[in-house]
Amino acid sequence: MFTITPHQSFSWAVRFLIVSLFALAMIVAVKPVMAQDAAPAAKAQPTVSAPAAPAAATPAAAKDAGPGNPDEGGWVPMTPTPGKGMPKPAGIDVQQQYSPVGRMAYPFHVAMMWIMGIICVFVAALLLWVMIRYRAGRNPVPSKTTHNTMLEVVWTLLPVLILVGIAIPSIKLLAKQYESPPKDAITIKATGYQWYWDYTYPDNGVEVVSKMLNVPGEPEINAGTRYDGTKPWDGPNHLEVDNRLVVPVGVPLRIQTTGADVIHSFAVPSLWFKLDAIPGRLNERMLQIDEPGVYYGQCSELCGAKHGFMPIAIEAVPMDKWRQWVALQGGHMKKTGGSDASAQPADAAAAPEATPSDKPAEGAAPVAPVTPTPATTA
Amino acid sequence: MATTADHFQAHDAAGADHGHEHDADHKPGFFARWFMSTNHKDIGTLYLIFAICAGLIGGGISGIMRMELMHPGIQYLGFWVNLMGGEANFVTNMHMWNVLITAHGMIMVFFLVMPAMIGGFGNWFVPIMIGAPDMAFPRMNNVSFWLTVAGFCSLMASMFFPGGTGDGAGTGWTVYAPLSTSGSPGPAVDFAIFSLHLAGAASILGAINFITTIFNMRAPGMTLHKMPLFVWSILVTAFLLLLALPVLAAAITMLITDRNFGTTFFEAAGGGDPVLYQHLFWFFGHPEVYIMILPGFGMISQIVATFSKKPVFGYLGMAYAMVAIGVVGFIVWAHHMYTTGLSVDVKMYFTAATMVIAVPTGVKIFSWIATMWGGSIEFKSPMVWAIGMIFLFTVGGVTGVYLANGGLDDYMQDTYFVVAHFHYVLSMGAVFSLFAGFYYWFPKMSGKMHSEFLAHAHFWVFFVGVNMIFFPMHFLGMDGMPRRIPDYTPAFEYWNHFASIGYMVMASSMGIWVVNMIYAFTAGKKAPANPWGPGATTLEWTLSSPPPYHQFETLPVIDEDQDYHDHRPAADRAATA
Repeated sequence: MFTITPHQSFSWAVRFLIVSLFALAMIVAVKPVMAQDAAPAAKAQPTVSAPAAPAAATPAAAKDAGPGNPDEGGWVPMTPTPGKGMPKPAGIDVQQQYSPVGRMAYPFHVAMMWIMGIICVFVAALLLWVMIRYRAGRNPVPSKTTHNTMLEVVWTLLPVLILVGIAIPSIKLLAKQYESPPKDAITIKATGYQWYWDYTYPDNGVEVVSKMLNVPGEPEINAGTRYDGTKPWDGPNHLEVDNRLVVPVGVPLRIQTTGADVIHSFAVPSLWFKLDAIPGRLNERMLQIDEPGVYYGQCSELCGAKHGFMPIAIEAVPMDKWRQWVALQGGHMKKTGGSDASAQPADAAAAPEATPSDKPAEGAAPVAPVTPTPATTA
Repeated sequence: MATTADHFQAHDAAGADHGHEHDADHKPGFFARWFMSTNHKDIGTLYLIFAICAGLIGGGISGIMRMELMHPGIQYLGFWVNLMGGEANFVTNMHMWNVLITAHGMIMVFFLVMPAMIGGFGNWFVPIMIGAPDMAFPRMNNVSFWLTVAGFCSLMASMFFPGGTGDGAGTGWTVYAPLSTSGSPGPAVDFAIFSLHLAGAASILGAINFITTIFNMRAPGMTLHKMPLFVWSILVTAFLLLLALPVLAAAITMLITDRNFGTTFFEAAGGGDPVLYQHLFWFFGHPEVYIMILPGFGMISQIVATFSKKPVFGYLGMAYAMVAIGVVGFIVWAHHMYTTGLSVDVKMYFTAATMVIAVPTGVKIFSWIATMWGGSIEFKSPMVWAIGMIFLFTVGGVTGVYLANGGLDDYMQDTYFVVAHFHYVLSMGAVFSLFAGFYYWFPKMSGKMHSEFLAHAHFWVFFVGVNMIFFPMHFLGMDGMPRRIPDYTPAFEYWNHFASIGYMVMASSMGIWVVNMIYAFTAGKKAPANPWGPGATTLEWTLSSPPPYHQFETLPVIDEDQDYHDHRPAADRAATA
């Protein structure tokens, strides 16, 4: 019969294998959780050292400053915190999340990892058990069992129940991702070009062209763009750009994407955000960033030769800094009113929450040099 | 036309030597036999040889890719550009990368897995397993094969023509518009599309052939519910091909007209929509992934039953699970398009529908284990490959359930996590099935025994190698690495390096396989009719190894009391009862 009868005791080998497999699965499954827990502690460290570097760099940056430059003028970009908003070397889990959607998705992701791990271990254990118990040497006469209706019903219904269990949080997450931005949300339109991004702020009259910095030791990828590492605030190569997408933290952003030539995809892993940029379409999704920082992503739809060389870098700053930035770009606040007034409380609410990692931002942006400058190209 | 292969039949020396043998073994001369073949076994052999050649090229290309990805920076692409007669500079080097990923995908899908599973093993064993002398349309069978070869030539040719930013088609195997239309001027993409047309036409013809054969040419007493599961799997696959491939043909024909004749099906400027192409492509593309794995399911069922010496557990459930997978496979396509801006309701529907597929797939996995349960398992080479497939397909299957969730997919879409997922189900699921089937039927097809030791060594090295390549890709994807990029930020180096070492391990296992083949053909023992013992009860094991050129001149008869498992004649059954 198709059941484990009591007299069929597990051999020591089977027990050992099953126990060790479970142990392995535990280790694999628990590690990412621990890494995630440990992250906030680790995050604190760079806040101590980070302000020093930009401070030193400030005079140089200020000297460069001159009027009329929409690119960099007078704005000292934020120095990214290592490991925040970017991939970790030899990382084995999703990046730490800095958006409401990401914070909602992460526990679901962890739960899915557990479910996947347990199913794999369960199947592996069953396979090992039958391989050992029913090998020809031990079981020379095969049984003739070919049916067990009860068993078949169970292994059909049990997966159905598990899937229903997965579907519920999954549908909730989807609903969250499709929440409409409020009317006064700041609109940002990201247009994918072969092979760079163009960001416009239609309500603010600002446009930013964002190209990947050239990679040291490699041929020039974007002509006229400087090399990564030539400024103190440069992040990892292949991810850092000449002009970042600067946005305010703590307020809803209306991200719109479209493609100018072929399909691109606007993706930032640490914000759990990915939206294709398709010619002839304007896709829209709400994005909100929890705290100041630099968040990197890469184009995620094959778009031709230099597909791997058009990253996305979002610099999220407190609202007042963002206004300064808009002003420095020659832009203005939304004219129809409402935007400013309603953004204010949200900004205020977000500010205290963001304090811990706010520091590097403050250090990095002593700003307000009166005279912005022509872009420095390395 | 009077020119048929039969008229070219020569009573050659071999025929004379074996004059005492049955008339059925008279073979035509070399050219007529291999270039004008109407024999399902010869065409199956041709398909297998073709698939092996294509697979070595496609696998070699993945070696070039892993070599390039082993370290950050661009090391080797320029070399390949120069080698192919192009002019190496940064853009053409990057274009070469896209050509490589495109060629790798198309070769592995259309010219390795499909020809090997359906054309190779399907052609060889479907007629034999149902007790038929040949396929229903032998000459169409030959047309299918040569169209596939022509398609492959067209794909290879595409690499030497301009494709926009360099030579070759750099669109990815998905050929998304508008990258494949306005984004890729030059004839390369036309050649690649033509290649898909030819391979698709070949598959449609093959599907018609299989459906007709299976419905009309079963031996007396072989009802549908007594057919071996491998035949069931090919039947379901043939229906998927028949329904899905015309959609692909339509979609890529529209690409051709958009490219060359001024239509704007997928061009926003003319009122078209790039996303329409994706809907059409994936309406074909998702059934396509089941086309690639279902025959593997069938093979695994045969092999697990044979080496457990037990009938397949839950036969009807197994057969109809495949039918269910086939049906549901047609209504889940948009899970490949979660980030294109689908509406929330559409995304919720496709999330739910996609997860449903896990149920029949789970039934199959559990039924295989239940088949082994209570069996008397012999770990011959086909069985270890089959067990490996069951486990690795499970791993690929659960990540599929993860990716089914539209909300989670916003992170994973187009990352290496997806690459890991589909290589676990294909590079492991399908390829392990192929090797399992290969070792299972090699003695039958060649009449020679391979070395069991080398086949086991091949398994273990391959198993370790592919897991080293593809498991870390889950980590890379979770860390945020997008697919289809030739260079990456330093954080991704560790696991990429690891995966490239895994490739070397995997590649060395292929050396073991080649040695095994050389051994088998030069020094291998003559294979008996049934090398696998009492568990091998389907009709192919009642024939000599290799089977006569024309089998079943007297049709086998399946008695009333015979079930789906044991199709041997009464005398054989009595001997092992």
